[in-house]
Amino acid sequence: MKATGPSGRFSLDWSVSRVMAKGEIVLGCLAPHPPHVVYAENPEQNEPFAEGGWEALRWGYHRLARKLKTIDYDCIVTLTPHWQTYVGTHFLGLERFQNISVDPIFPNLFRFHHDIKVDVELSELMCEEAAEAGIVTKMMRNPDFRVDYGTIVSCHMMNPDWDKPVVTISSNRSTHYYSNEVMNDQATALGEAVLKAIEKSGKKVVLVASHSLSHRHFVTEAPLPEDMSREHIYNHSQYVWDMKAIDMMRKGEMRELIDILPEMIEQTMAEAEGGGLTWMMAAMGMPDYPAEIYGYQSVIGTGNAIAAWDPNETTREIVL
Amino acid sequence: MSEDPEIVMGLYVPPHPHPLLAPDQNEGWGRLRDAFDVCRQRIEESDADLILIYSTTWPSIVGHQIQAHPKPVFTHVDDDFHFLGSMPYEFSMDTEYANEFRDACEARGLQSRTVSYDGFPIDTGSVVALKLLNPDNRIPACIVSSNVYSNRAEQIVLGKAARDAMSKLGRKAVVVVVASLSNRMFTEYIDPSEDRIHSPKDDEWNRKILEFFSDGRLEDISQLSREIQGQVRVSKVVAYKPAWWMASTMGQHNNYDGEVLAYEALHGAGGAVIQLTPSAGSIGDKEFDEDDVEYYHGDRDVLGKGAI
Ligand SMILES: [Fe+2]
Repeated sequence: MKATGPSGRFSLDWSVSRVMAKGEIVLGCLAPHPPHVVYAENPEQNEPFAEGGWEALRWGYHRLARKLKTIDYDCIVTLTPHWQTYVGTHFLGLERFQNISVDPIFPNLFRFHHDIKVDVELSELMCEEAAEAGIVTKMMRNPDFRVDYGTIVSCHMMNPDWDKPVVTISSNRSTHYYSNEVMNDQATALGEAVLKAIEKSGKKVVLVASHSLSHRHFVTEAPLPEDMSREHIYNHSQYVWDMKAIDMMRKGEMRELIDILPEMIEQTMAEAEGGGLTWMMAAMGMPDYPAEIYGYQSVIGTGNAIAAWDPNETTREIVL
Repeated sequence: MSEDPEIVMGLYVPPHPHPLLAPDQNEGWGRLRDAFDVCRQRIEESDADLILIYSTTWPSIVGHQIQAHPKPVFTHVDDDFHFLGSMPYEFSMDTEYANEFRDACEARGLQSRTVSYDGFPIDTGSVVALKLLNPDNRIPACIVSSNVYSNRAEQIVLGKAARDAMSKLGRKAVVVVVASLSNRMFTEYIDPSEDRIHSPKDDEWNRKILEFFSDGRLEDISQLSREIQGQVRVSKVVAYKPAWWMASTMGQHNNYDGEVLAYEALHGAGGAVIQLTPSAGSIGDKEFDEDDVEYYHGDRDVLGKGAI
């Protein structure tokens, strides 16, 4: 088709120039969500007051949040183990969720007033692609629904300005119903479907796997929860597994790590059982480049690492 | 440790929202709703002054959490069945009992705390039970969580602490356990009219458990809990705990009149409404050697022993 361009010269208006650019994943983050880190930050949205605590994680999150400010992206997509669904995988399907989130386990630490905007268009596209891939899916359209605290903690720590929309994907409990291996397979299929949806959307997306590594908690809490003299990993074997996982992330051995994840989950009750890491790594094509490590610390005995996978070689850093 | 409390009745009810939100969509869900309604009426006609709920859909980590907010108000939505609708609630809680229960837990070596926060997410099972069994908040209630790491000894001691607090305050309690029988749901959407128990094996086991319940053999079910966990429970948690707690709270014997008011499928899971009323006669053919526990001594530090 012929047209006259802005310069007034005769030009060809290629139809391809009107086609949306292919969407992409611009960063993938392992972002643990113990409410303790938000509590320790004392943001105005959270009711309780803290004297600090868990700095190794919080300072790591600050650094990651600074990196995110330098990245051009449209939306944060989170898979969270605190929206647990047994019937399929669910996607947030309303534009705005305003509410208070009270942590059912640590209500003394986390009572967070939130105003979350959702990219419903992208969410629906992911839901459609997942359904196309044979995954049981459901859009969540109930306006009274409370967004889970995993989404809120991870997203707040990564983007405390809350100036980007999010999509939350539920965690299907295939580990409980079948096995860790089936979870790995199903989360992989979901990751591949989500990538297709992102590519179709033309959007630049940050993925978030919201969870800890080893996940055995102490069942008692210090009178002052932020008393760091009381904080340590639940036991040494949890620590050894966590270090093994982080080492493989550093080496870019994500295919290998996902392969041994069922064993790690079995041994350490790792919160990756919810599918987050597998889903994110599958969507990113099982990165063989080094992850950026932002921090590691225990929270009430659990092992928490903050890590990011930057597909862009020129901006990829050695952080820690 | 204390005088026997007056237990008016025990109820075992399912945690799913269907009987509350969609009783008309499936005849079985409707029959479960009818059974809830019968129980509600029986509670109204009793002289109970406390409804104590143990909910398997309220997990806790830091010990055992006890709801103590005098008037929790919120609108709850289920994670899976959000499309069935919202559950607005306003409940009336027995704060005095909650505090006493916590103290009794601590006296028996358990980690415990009360929770009293506006907007605290009361779980689906507790919301369904309280809305259907006590819709006008005629009787103050209390809810206790199910600790994810706890096992038999802890549950037994938790039940005894619940009794201690009832005795101390002279409460006449309706003891409610919120739990499925078999708990495997279908992993895909089904037409409500086609709901059924997930497998014949689950159904068979459920019916066996119900036989015990209708014979009033609560302690026998308690003692069979590990077998039940292995046979018909998805391994979400380490054990099938509700019967341990129920028996310990109501009395560890088989002296009950049992009545199964309904047994139906809830998206594949086994949902039953069962009433147990303390009585004189006992039935059973079993004795057990698992130790009765009075005081919880905590972890035995198995993992730490012998570490290099
Ligand atoms: Fe978590």
